[in-house]
Amino acid sequence: MTLPADKLITINDRGARSATAFGSLEASGGNMVFIKKLTASSSATLSFVDGASSVVLDSTYKEYLFTFKNIHNATDDKLLQMNMSVDSGSNYNVTKTTTFFHAYNAEDGSEGTFQYDANRDIAQDTGFATITQGVNADNDQSVNGTLHLFNPSSTTFVKHFISRIAHTAGGYGRDSYAAGYGNTTSAVDAIQFKFDSGDIESGDICLYGIL
Amino acid sequence: MIIGGPALTKYNDRSLKDLTTAPASAPSSPGALVHIKTLTASSSSTLSFVNGASSVVLDNTYPIYRFEFINMHPANDTQEFQFNMSADSGSNYNVTKTTTYFRTYHNEADSSATLLYRTGNDLAQSTNFQMLADGVGNGNDECCSGTLHLFNPSDTTFTKYFTSRISAYENNNGIRDNYCAGYGNTTSAVDAIQFKFGSGNIDAGTIKLYGIKDA
Repeated sequence: MTLPADKLITINDRGARSATAFGSLEASGGNMVFIKKLTASSSATLSFVDGASSVVLDSTYKEYLFTFKNIHNATDDKLLQMNMSVDSGSNYNVTKTTTFFHAYNAEDGSEGTFQYDANRDIAQDTGFATITQGVNADNDQSVNGTLHLFNPSSTTFVKHFISRIAHTAGGYGRDSYAAGYGNTTSAVDAIQFKFDSGDIESGDICLYGIL
Repeated sequence: MIIGGPALTKYNDRSLKDLTTAPASAPSSPGALVHIKTLTASSSSTLSFVNGASSVVLDNTYPIYRFEFINMHPANDTQEFQFNMSADSGSNYNVTKTTTYFRTYHNEADSSATLLYRTGNDLAQSTNFQMLADGVGNGNDECCSGTLHLFNPSDTTFTKYFTSRISAYENNNGIRDNYCAGYGNTTSAVDAIQFKFGSGNIDAGTIKLYGIKDA
């Protein structure tokens, strides 16, 4: 509805401040705040570094959410991986212990099952943590999912993360679950994603803060 | 500023309650999770979200969409809560899908607790509806609730991935925590989603659709 000019109402700050209800105005969804989108273009890595390029990854939020949309690798059978940094991205080498399991099903229906994969977890290792099974590079295949990072700026606790990612490989649909912790009480201030080899050909990773 | 008596207008909660449009100078929604549409079942055979119909947005406006299921209650007992995608604005819900499905189970009697992959609940290149929860009871207090994320449905290059997790009160009095994921094996844009129970109506329940901003 558009009001005629002589019916327009101006409400000053005091009026708005005193209000306790806002009718059909959209609930803002303000507890999930977009921070940064990185778009791959034959990129070796995608990195979110606190304080760089408008990235916030500090005590502003207690929980951060990364979303993966149509992450596409350049070559077949690659693992999407992540690591943390405590020195603003100079080194991605936080010691981590993780778990990994996945469900999968062949397009011919022959192998629907799930399993823990001990080849994909790490134990007190500074290497990159695997968050998907092998991903193929067919034109229509990609990686989609989420990763939550909890309280990275804490200087008391280890740094937990959980991820769930749907993807495809060699005629299989896969649902990969990883979780673990960066075994450090230093603040984590940067995160890097990459495939275990080859580029991230295309796709977006978005970072959100959860209030 | 003091306003003269005759022009003074007092605004109360109702003034603001009736607003339907934010002032132009107000910032756009600061949140990244944007409510799009709520559908409430009332003995409904299906609930469908069709892009462009009834204020539903399911296109390239958002890269990721989130559905929330709140107290989905079947009319019949022991029902499968299901969904399918459409690439023709809801004329047909028949996108080919390959999926995975596993769930945990624990009954109230504490006599059974399991974690199982359910080969009967997944799909392999099938156009059928995909089960998101099984065995949902129809007792007065029984229902299922959870979420489903749909990634980039409007894309015309990649297949259409989804992940869901739904907690269900099953017909034999226990909890089932259902995990389903997969992809619509189409490079056509998906522009509609439909939810239903395997047989009988959705007696009650609410499904909310949200878009997740990426800017």
